[in-house]
Amino acid sequence: MPLDTIETNGRNDMAQAAAAVDDHGHTVTGISNWKVGFWTFIASECLFFGTLISTYMVFKGNAVTGPYPADIFDVLHTTVSTTVLLFSSLAMVLALYAVQRANKKVAIFWLLVVIGMGATFLWMEGTSYLKYIDYGLTLTSSTFGSSYFVLTGTHKLHVIIGMVWMSALIWMIARDRIPPAKAETVEIAGLYWHFVDIIWIVIFTLVYLIQ
Amino acid sequence: MSVTQNDAGGATGHQHEEGHASAMFYVWIGVILAVVTAVEVGIFYMEALSSIEVPLLILLSASKIVLVVMFFMHLKMEPRFITGLFMSGALLGTFMVAALVILYHFLRPLQVISPFAGG
Amino acid sequence: MSSVGTDTPAVQHTSHEEDTGLWSWITTVDHKRIAIMYFATATAFFFVGGMEALLIRIQLMNPEQSIISPELYNQLFTMHGTTMIFLVAMPMAVAFFNYVVPLQIGARDVAFPRLNALSYWIFLFGGVYMTLPILFGVAPNAAWTGYATLTLPQFNPGVNVDFWFIGLSIVGIASLAGGVNFITTIINMRAPGMKMMRMPLFTWMTFVTSFLLITAIPVIAVAMVFLGFDRVFATTFFNPDMGGDPVLWQHLFWIFGHPEVYILILPAFGVISDVIPTFSKKPLFGYPIVVYAGVLIGFIGWGVWSHHMFTVGLGPIADSFFVAATMIIAIPTGVKIFNWIATMWGGSIQFTTAMLFAVGLVVIFTVGGLSGIMHASAPVDLQQHDTYFVVAHFHYVIVGGAMMGLWSGLYYWFPKVSGRFLSETLGKWHFWTTMIGLNLTFFPMHFSGLFGMPRRIFTYSADLNVDIYNQLSTVGAFIFGLSALIMTWNIIRSWRGGEPASANPWGAPHLEWSIPSPPHHYNFPAIPTIRSREPLWNASEREEVLAATMQELDEEPVMPNPSYWPVLLAAAITLAWALVMTGIWWVILLGTLPVLLCVFKWAFEPPFPEGH
Repeated sequence: MPLDTIETNGRNDMAQAAAAVDDHGHTVTGISNWKVGFWTFIASECLFFGTLISTYMVFKGNAVTGPYPADIFDVLHTTVSTTVLLFSSLAMVLALYAVQRANKKVAIFWLLVVIGMGATFLWMEGTSYLKYIDYGLTLTSSTFGSSYFVLTGTHKLHVIIGMVWMSALIWMIARDRIPPAKAETVEIAGLYWHFVDIIWIVIFTLVYLIQ
Repeated sequence: MSVTQNDAGGATGHQHEEGHASAMFYVWIGVILAVVTAVEVGIFYMEALSSIEVPLLILLSASKIVLVVMFFMHLKMEPRFITGLFMSGALLGTFMVAALVILYHFLRPLQVISPFAGG
Repeated sequence: MSSVGTDTPAVQHTSHEEDTGLWSWITTVDHKRIAIMYFATATAFFFVGGMEALLIRIQLMNPEQSIISPELYNQLFTMHGTTMIFLVAMPMAVAFFNYVVPLQIGARDVAFPRLNALSYWIFLFGGVYMTLPILFGVAPNAAWTGYATLTLPQFNPGVNVDFWFIGLSIVGIASLAGGVNFITTIINMRAPGMKMMRMPLFTWMTFVTSFLLITAIPVIAVAMVFLGFDRVFATTFFNPDMGGDPVLWQHLFWIFGHPEVYILILPAFGVISDVIPTFSKKPLFGYPIVVYAGVLIGFIGWGVWSHHMFTVGLGPIADSFFVAATMIIAIPTGVKIFNWIATMWGGSIQFTTAMLFAVGLVVIFTVGGLSGIMHASAPVDLQQHDTYFVVAHFHYVIVGGAMMGLWSGLYYWFPKVSGRFLSETLGKWHFWTTMIGLNLTFFPMHFSGLFGMPRRIFTYSADLNVDIYNQLSTVGAFIFGLSALIMTWNIIRSWRGGEPASANPWGAPHLEWSIPSPPHHYNFPAIPTIRSREPLWNASEREEVLAATMQELDEEPVMPNPSYWPVLLAAAITLAWALVMTGIWWVILLGTLPVLLCVFKWAFEPPFPEGH
C-alpha cells in the first residue's frame, strides 16, 4: 500500500497543532478516526469472507453425496434477489445524499427502502434455503451443504445486522440527532451495507454462476 | 450529470458537500450494475461462451465491485491511503482464495480417501 | 551531536491527583493504565505457562517415567503452547503498543479508548476461561495447532477442545479490535510533522503487526467457526468420513499461523530498533531499509505457510514454491540483523540491561534463524518435522527473539512508566539467568531432536540415548524459571523503591522521553511539532519540543470519560461464546441478548464529558 501517502494532507503545521490541541475531533489526515477504523475493519472482513469463500471453492465439485449445485440452484430466482440487494445499495447512497442535505423525510424513506429490500432479499433466500432442505441439502449432508450454508448464512447474518443498524439510524434521524454535519454516521453504516453487497457480488459469481 | 463532471469533482479532494455527485449519477451507477448482472446471467446461459465463461464472469463481477467501491463507497473521493487500507485486505483475500484454489484444484486434486464415503 | 545524552530536567507532578481506586482501574480508558494491566496479566499467564513447562520437563527428565499421565501431558503441552503464544507473547507486546505508541507519536490517547479497554477485558476473560480447565483435568488436549481430526467430536468427545476453540475465538476478538485501534491511531493521531518516515521503529513495527493482526485473525476465526460447527452441529468441514478435509484445517491454521509468527517477532524487532540506537548513541543505521524490511517481512510472511506442511504431501510444485518463499523471507530478516550491527558499529555502547537483552536478541535470534533456514528446505524438514529439533528452533526465535525483545523494552521503558529505574543489578541477574537457562534448555533439544526424539509424546525410550540432553534441558528450564522470579521481584521492588528517574534518563531521541516520568494522564500538555526522526537529539528542535511538552497547564485538557461498558460488554461476549458449549440453539441465541444490550448502551454513551 502507498505508505508514504499517509501524510499531513496539505494543511499547515500551525493549523494542525492548534487543531490537535483544541479539538479531539480533528486528525492529522483530515479523515475521522471512525472512517479510518471502519475501512480497516472492512479490510479485515475481506479476509473473513475470503476464508469462507476459499473453503467453498476448495470443496467445489468434491461433495461425495448429492444434491449437487447444478441440481438445485435456481439462477433466475437468485438473479432477482441479487438485483434487489444491488438496488438496496443505491437506496443507501440516496439516503446518505438526503442526510447530507438535511432532507430528513427523504432520508428516512430511503433507509426504509434499504430495510425493505434487505428483508426481501432475506425472504427470497430463505425460501431457497427451504427448497434446498427439501431436496436433501442440509448443513450436515455434505461438504457442499456445510460450506454453502455457513458461507451464505454468515452473509445473511451481516444483512440482518445491517438492517438493525439502519433501524437505529432511522430512529436517530427522526429525533433530529443526525444533522448534515454528522452525516458520517450514515456514511459509515453505508460503507458496511455496500461491503455486504460486494460480498454478495462475489458469492453470486463464484457460487451460482461458476458451477 | 455526466460521469466526467463527477470525476472532476472527485479529483479535487474529499470536501464532502461539494465533492459528491448528483443523485442521478448514483441512479446511473445502479442501472449499470443491474445491466452488468444481466449480462453475467446471459453469459451463464450461453453455451457458446462456455470456454471463456470463467474469466469473463470474474472480470465482470470485479468491475461491479470496482463501481460499488469507487462510487457508492466514495473511495474515489477519499485520500489514497484509504484505498491502500482497503486494497491490502482485498488483495490478501483474493490471493488466499486463488492460492487455495490452485493448491486444491490444479496441483493436488482433493481425493476422498475414506472407505465409508460415497456410499 | 553534542546534545546526545544531555538530560532533560525532572518535573514534579503538580496537577491534581488522579483517582487510583479499584473502580477507576476497572472503568479506565487511559491507554497507559490499560498497558499496565496488559503487562501484569500477561506476566501472570507467563507463570501459568511456565509451570506447565516445568511439569513437562520434570516428566521428561528421565526416560520412561510416569510422573504425569499421558492424558494430562497432552493437556500440559497444549496449554503451554496456547498460553505462551496467545496469552503471554501477544498481549505483552500489546502492553508495549498501548503504553509506548501514543507517546511516541505525540497523541493523548489511542483512537478508540473504550475499544482499547474492551480489548483488555476480553483478553482477560478469554484467557481465564481457557486457563481454568487445566485445574480440573479437562483442558484442551489437541496441541496449540489443534489439528483435525484430533479435535473432531468422534475422536475427542469431551469438553476439552470446546474450551480451546471458544477461548481462542474470544481472545481473537481482542486482537482484532486492537489491530483496528492501532492502525487508526498511527495513521490519524500523529503529532504535526510526524510523517510516517519519521516515526520511531517501534511504532512502525506496531503498524505492520497490526496489519498482520487484522488480516490473519479473521482466518483463524473462520477456521474456529468451522471447527465449532463440526463439533456442535456435526457439519462436515474436517470430517473425512463425510468428504471433509483435515488438511484444510492445516492450511487455514497456518495461513493464520505464519503471519502470527511475525506478529510475535516484529514488536520485539521494533523494541530493539529503538533500544540499540539509544545505547549506541547513534541514529539507527539505514532507517528506511529497516522499515521496508519490516513491511516486506509482513508481506512475504503471507506466502510461506505451507512450509509447516511439507510432510503432508502437497506435491513437488507447491513444496518448491514454499521452500523458495521461505528462504526469501530470511533476506529482509538478515538485513535487519546487519542494520542493528551497523548501528552498534563505532557507537559508544552502554551495556545497560535493556541493551544486553537487545544484543542478546540479535545473537540468539540469529541462532534460531539459522535452524529455521535448515528446515526451510523440504527434504531436510522431512527429517526434522515433529522432532525436538523444531521445538529447539521455535523456542530460540520466540523466547530468544520475541520475549528477549520485550524484556529489553521492559527495562527501557520502566522508568517512563513508574518514574523509577528497575534495579540494574537484579537486571543483570535476570539477563544472565535467562541466557544460561534458555540455552541450556533449548540447545540440547537440537540434539535430542536429530537423534529422533518426537515432540508431543509423554515419554521416550531409554534406547534412544537422549537422557543426558533431556536432563540438561530440565536443569535449564529451572534456571529459566528462576530468571522469571528475579524479573518479577525486580518489578515489585522497583515500582515504589527504585531509584528515581528523570524525564529522559537514557538520553533517548524519541518523543516519549520529552514528557515527565511518569507522564500526566493526558500525556502532552501541548502537542509538539516534529521536524526530524530524532527530535530530542537535535539541539534546536529539542528546545521547541520541550517547551511544549514540559509546560505547566492551568487547565487540564479534556480526556475521555471512564466507562464501565467495556468490562460489561467483554463479560457479555465471553458469556455468549461460552454458551455455545451447550449446543442448544435457543440458549446460544439468548446469550447474544446481553451483548446487544451492551453494544447499544455503549453506542449511545457520550465518550467525552458534557459540552465537548
